[in-house]
Amino acid sequence: MTEQSIIDIRGVHKSFGRVEALKGIDLTIREGEFFSLLGPSGCGKTTLLRMIAGFDEPTSGVVMIGGQSMAGIPANKRPTNMVFQSYAIFPHLSVSDNVGYGLAKKKMSRAEKAEEVNNALAMVDLEGYGERSAHELSGGQRQRVALARALVMKPRVVLLDEPLSALDKKLREQMQVELRALQQSVGITFILVTHDQEEALIMSDRIAVLFEGEIAQLDSPQRLYRQPINQRVASFIGVMNFLEATAEASSGGDLSLTIPALGSVSMHAAQVPEGTDVAAIAQIGMRPEMLTILFDETDKAACESTGEVVGTSYYGDMTYYSVKLSKAEQPVTVSMRNTAGRSIVPPGTAVRLGWGADSIVLFPS
Amino acid sequence: MRFMRIFSRNWLLIYASLYVFFLYAPVVLLPLFAFNASSIIAFPLTGFTTEWFSVLLETKALHRAVQNSLVVGLITAVISTILGTCAARAMIRFGFPFKRGIVGFIMLPLVLPEIIVAVALLVLLMQLGFPLSIWSVIGGHVLICVPFSVAILSSAFQGLDKNLEEASMDLGETGWGTFWRIIFPLILPGVISSLLITFTISLDEFIIAFFLTGTEVTLPVYIWSQLRFPAKLPSVMALGTILLAMSVLLLILGEWFRRRSAKRQGLDASSTRGFMQ
Amino acid sequence: MLSREGRQGLTLISPPLLYALLMLAAPLAMVVTFSFWSQNYLDLDTTITLKNYRDAWTKPIYRVLIMRSLNISIMVTIVTVLLAFPMAYFLSFRVKRHKALWLFLITIPFWTSYLLRVFLWKVILGYNGVLNSALMGLGLIDEPMTFILYNVNAVVITLAHAWAPFAILPIFVALERIDRSLLEAAEDLGDGPVRRFFRVTLPLAMPGVMAATLIVLIPTVGDFITPKLVGGREGLMISNMIQIQFGKANNAPLGAALAITSMVIVASISLVIYMAGRWFRGRTP
Repeated sequence: MTEQSIIDIRGVHKSFGRVEALKGIDLTIREGEFFSLLGPSGCGKTTLLRMIAGFDEPTSGVVMIGGQSMAGIPANKRPTNMVFQSYAIFPHLSVSDNVGYGLAKKKMSRAEKAEEVNNALAMVDLEGYGERSAHELSGGQRQRVALARALVMKPRVVLLDEPLSALDKKLREQMQVELRALQQSVGITFILVTHDQEEALIMSDRIAVLFEGEIAQLDSPQRLYRQPINQRVASFIGVMNFLEATAEASSGGDLSLTIPALGSVSMHAAQVPEGTDVAAIAQIGMRPEMLTILFDETDKAACESTGEVVGTSYYGDMTYYSVKLSKAEQPVTVSMRNTAGRSIVPPGTAVRLGWGADSIVLFPS
Repeated sequence: MRFMRIFSRNWLLIYASLYVFFLYAPVVLLPLFAFNASSIIAFPLTGFTTEWFSVLLETKALHRAVQNSLVVGLITAVISTILGTCAARAMIRFGFPFKRGIVGFIMLPLVLPEIIVAVALLVLLMQLGFPLSIWSVIGGHVLICVPFSVAILSSAFQGLDKNLEEASMDLGETGWGTFWRIIFPLILPGVISSLLITFTISLDEFIIAFFLTGTEVTLPVYIWSQLRFPAKLPSVMALGTILLAMSVLLLILGEWFRRRSAKRQGLDASSTRGFMQ
Repeated sequence: MLSREGRQGLTLISPPLLYALLMLAAPLAMVVTFSFWSQNYLDLDTTITLKNYRDAWTKPIYRVLIMRSLNISIMVTIVTVLLAFPMAYFLSFRVKRHKALWLFLITIPFWTSYLLRVFLWKVILGYNGVLNSALMGLGLIDEPMTFILYNVNAVVITLAHAWAPFAILPIFVALERIDRSLLEAAEDLGDGPVRRFFRVTLPLAMPGVMAATLIVLIPTVGDFITPKLVGGREGLMISNMIQIQFGKANNAPLGAALAITSMVIVASISLVIYMAGRWFRGRTP
């Protein structure tokens, strides 16, 4: 992956009448990366994607592709191609005619075009489907045709608008892996719009989380999950327990945390994010998998607290326990992998809870 | 008692059957009298003949009227379908100022008594010194046919996924190219069904034609002139029979195209079930 | 300033709009102007006058014709809509398969020439007509009935027939739109079939009934073929008079005044019906 930028978005605003859909977006997308725009519905992510494609014009600000401003350049002149949420497969054309649709304007012989189409179909594992008509295809196959139709244009950027949302869970998971692999093999920049945080985590190099027309956080999947910038991002990307806390700086940059619900702990300097305003810290966050129920008396953890199981949710491979801590009103969520020979602990059971300083996320007030 | 029970359970079906009988009562008489040997339109029937049909073949004035009606119908169908396409597309795809008012005005002839339309056009043409001809009839017919065309085509445009157009533009096609490669093929069945319906309406329209026709009369105006002569009635019945057969044929064609349109757009076939399944 | 979309939309709709302005708005404006002029034998006197309207509103012949037109139209509308409702209900709720075939069956008769259909009613209702000969043949009547042709009854029957599909279809569409689970909910909450019909089905079908009413009422006022063919002397309507003024009587200004008068009356009645419909819909719980 190069560090060269392919898309630069500078100060983009977009209003539809009185509704402000985008409130000043600055964003750089790098050549060859798999980039995701993640957010709840109505956050402006689709508007932003359509602006890159050329279907919407920004009210103010500029969208640049390959260093060139796209102002006034219509969709049919941009080096981007889109995979639509509805796939938009032309219903009156065969699969090959769909894939070859955009080649009509290119100066190529008939044979060359046919070859391009076949290559694109091969790329998405649809060899031999060329003569089928659009309504003979399953949802997954339509999705592949839409992808081949975009790839055959050899665009600099492929735009994907919730491409997997219409598929069932199993197929979706399979396509997530395939899409990611395909992107890596062709090396073209992919921009994905999705509301599914898991999908974004699985597929992307980087993710921009959008809330109400603004980018809340832009990071790699791991950093986004481990170091969410605020409580809202944290709860949008998975589950997180929030607990009241205060902090004090101690020797060598270490942090001394006091969490009334759990106890006190010292956080190593290396685990404290740069630029943390120690005095402002008011809350900490812990992912459910960072808390452990110590089932056996021999189990040990860096720090321990006690509590009582008040509820369980069984997921097959995992069980989510709701545990009320002795020193707090609000129960915390703990996730445990189900292992052979251990049954689910019923509500009412007193348990020991293990945790550590390395899994704590700090939030200022 | 048993009769009462059957009646109370099936009264709607009985009612519907009587209603359909009422609807068909006059229509059924048409072929009956067309093939009836007697020259008087009354029962009892006297015998079978195809004489009235051969009379039609020899009536020059009728041929002229048929020709006029076909010309009027064809031109009306083409013009009103083109205008209807513009209006339907604008209505479904775009938002613009005074949309409701403009669309309402274009659809107005649908609820205006035809005599008002006819009289208004007559007054205007008289004032402009424009001679009455088949063109004045076409002018009036287009006016009343456009709303029908808009209604048919707006459902065709409604079924058109906006993303298809965007996908085409995204793949490098121009607006005009998108129209011919994507939009037109997909609404084509709607266009054909609009052509058929407007043609049929124009073919049967009497009031406007009656007011605006010049020396070249259309078929309904010709029929009107014949109704006064009892001797001509049997052949008018024969003519009506032919017209009925043709209209039904055109309607079946129109329905067939409508169903194809739905299929092309990949809509659920069951929601658009037609009568020919 | 207009948005790009606004401009595109206006450009696209301008051909049909221009056509409607040219062929409808301009002529209607012309008719209005005409109605304030007067006919001086072969010439038009373009001095503004209210004489035509005074004639239209005061001379008994026109008053009678206008009132009769309204009476007949309203009667036709009521009869047509009342007859159409059970049919539409049957189509929507009882017909399970081949719905489209039934609809097709209902529309076929209306693709016969309108003139011929009206004429055929004359054949059916006439003194020696189909109905009379059939009833006499069955021995149900001794001599032909005369009260069914060349009078208002004949006009009502013929028009009720002519406008049947225009009444059935809007009601059918409205009934089709009713979510069937609403009816199940009403039943579940204790309504019997009759109460359910009046508390749920009918209120929800009201927009269709309103549309049917207006679609039948408005054009009926303008019909002049039916009265002329089957109406006899006492069945003549205002449209026949308008036609006569523009034709034989050669008094187009008076014809224009009559046309505008009847149009204004019909428009006001339609508006009242429309408002009543909205009020009814607004009140239904």
